[in-house]
Amino acid sequence: MSFITVNNVWQQYDDQVVLERLNLNVAEGEFCTLVGASGCGKSTFLRLLLGQERASRGQILLDGEPLAGEPDASRGVVFQRYSVFPHLTVLDNVALGLELPRSPLLGRLFGSAKRQARDEAAQLLDKVGLGHALDKYPAQLSGGMQQRLAIAQALIMKPRVLLLDEPFGALDPGIRKDMHALLLALWRETQLTVFMVTHDLSEGFSLGTRLLVFDKVRVDPHAPGAYGARITYDIPLNSDRRTARAAVDALPAELAGTLRIA
Amino acid sequence: MRLINRYPDRPSRLLLVILPFALVLFAYFMGSAERLTENPNDKLLPSAGQMIDAVKRLAVTADARSGDYLLWQDTASSLRRLAIGLGISALAGLCLGIAAGTLPLFGAPLSPLLTVVSMVPPLAILPILFIVFGLGELSKVMLIVIGITPCLARDLEQRAREIPSELLIKAQTLGASTWTLMLRVVLPQLLPRLLISLRLMLGSAWLFLIAAEAIASTDGLGYRIFLVRRYLAMDVILPYVVWITLLAWLMDWGLKRLTLRAFPWYEGARA
Repeated sequence: MSFITVNNVWQQYDDQVVLERLNLNVAEGEFCTLVGASGCGKSTFLRLLLGQERASRGQILLDGEPLAGEPDASRGVVFQRYSVFPHLTVLDNVALGLELPRSPLLGRLFGSAKRQARDEAAQLLDKVGLGHALDKYPAQLSGGMQQRLAIAQALIMKPRVLLLDEPFGALDPGIRKDMHALLLALWRETQLTVFMVTHDLSEGFSLGTRLLVFDKVRVDPHAPGAYGARITYDIPLNSDRRTARAAVDALPAELAGTLRIA
Repeated sequence: MRLINRYPDRPSRLLLVILPFALVLFAYFMGSAERLTENPNDKLLPSAGQMIDAVKRLAVTADARSGDYLLWQDTASSLRRLAIGLGISALAGLCLGIAAGTLPLFGAPLSPLLTVVSMVPPLAILPILFIVFGLGELSKVMLIVIGITPCLARDLEQRAREIPSELLIKAQTLGASTWTLMLRVVLPQLLPRLLISLRLMLGSAWLFLIAAEAIASTDGLGYRIFLVRRYLAMDVILPYVVWITLLAWLMDWGLKRLTLRAFPWYEGARA
């Protein structure tokens, strides 16, 4: 059963076609990495999935339903920069995701509800390795720690889809490796379907269960905007992880739950 | 060594800070002493003693007619008008700025309007204010409000636009509605900027206050200065100007401290 269905999607701005004839079926729990040359529409595709933009033609279905036309809590996102709120501490950055939906009037919880939200946030932060920095402001964190925070912030909402727009593009190679391990561990633990745009091919190959390559098939040198990019390669990867995931999914629910926690 | 690479050390920095003030004072008192030896009745550059006498008369002796201590009464009236004016402006500027800067549907009509309104010279519409609001407190406060609200609103609108769109999208993925997004993401990020804008607008606020007091008032620092101008009482005017400057400087310093303390995450606070 396909979780996300992309039906003949086109995206164009004025006479500049960015994406054309995009068709894609993605099962729940896949880890898709999106690669391609600069300006070939990977990030545009991610913005379509996020609901930040609407497709000019075609439609995207999430679980059989047309995708909501604006960002919402069902899809989490981590950008390369500006993903965390500079005016909130690490703890409040994550707790915010619990406060906003529960308090439509003030966007803020008080008393025991607030304590509970902060406890929950602290647990998750502990898991991503930020347990020691709860009271710091993002400006006091290194780039890698800020991205850990951004991931924790997205995961506290328990989204079904996680969208990553070159999340590790600005990090050192060593830190990037740690982040890969963290991301894979979190992906194994949750039911997340991940879409990750990356410029780093090896990152794309090593992380994903599916690699999508965006490229322009047709190019008119006299009208560079006339044709858009399509998905030219769709490569299944890391079949061991994919089968492990499928096997866990096939188990009875309570047993699978204990496995995931372990 | 090039001039650009030379820095003053601590003692010489202190000396350099004091030097211009000392020079100005020195030049003044030299000139004052010279004129007074020539003509002891000269009123233009009063001596320190004459100014201290005037301050004593206004600050620690009750006025013979009304029984008030004039300096303190003037200060209280002026500061009250200024505080009410600045408070209303800050609130209105914040609301308008956030609405125009975050909601495109509000920004489309508001932003050109604010631009045009901020170009109206406030002193030119002072007569209108007196006609509409009378000669009481309201017209003086309104002059300050009308004078600085559009500028505050425009600055805050610009700052609201500078908040990266990533943050606004992120907040939506965390379940924020338009209202809670403004309340918990935009507003707290604009508050330190509001304090900085207020600091920059303090000069204009004082200008409008003193102009309004000079024209129609029965007390206030500006009223007193323009009242004693008729008697060429420089011994009162000069200490009043120094006092106003000191008050303005203290307000600026207080706002700066407040920005640093209340918003430790804000980098621009150090400026």
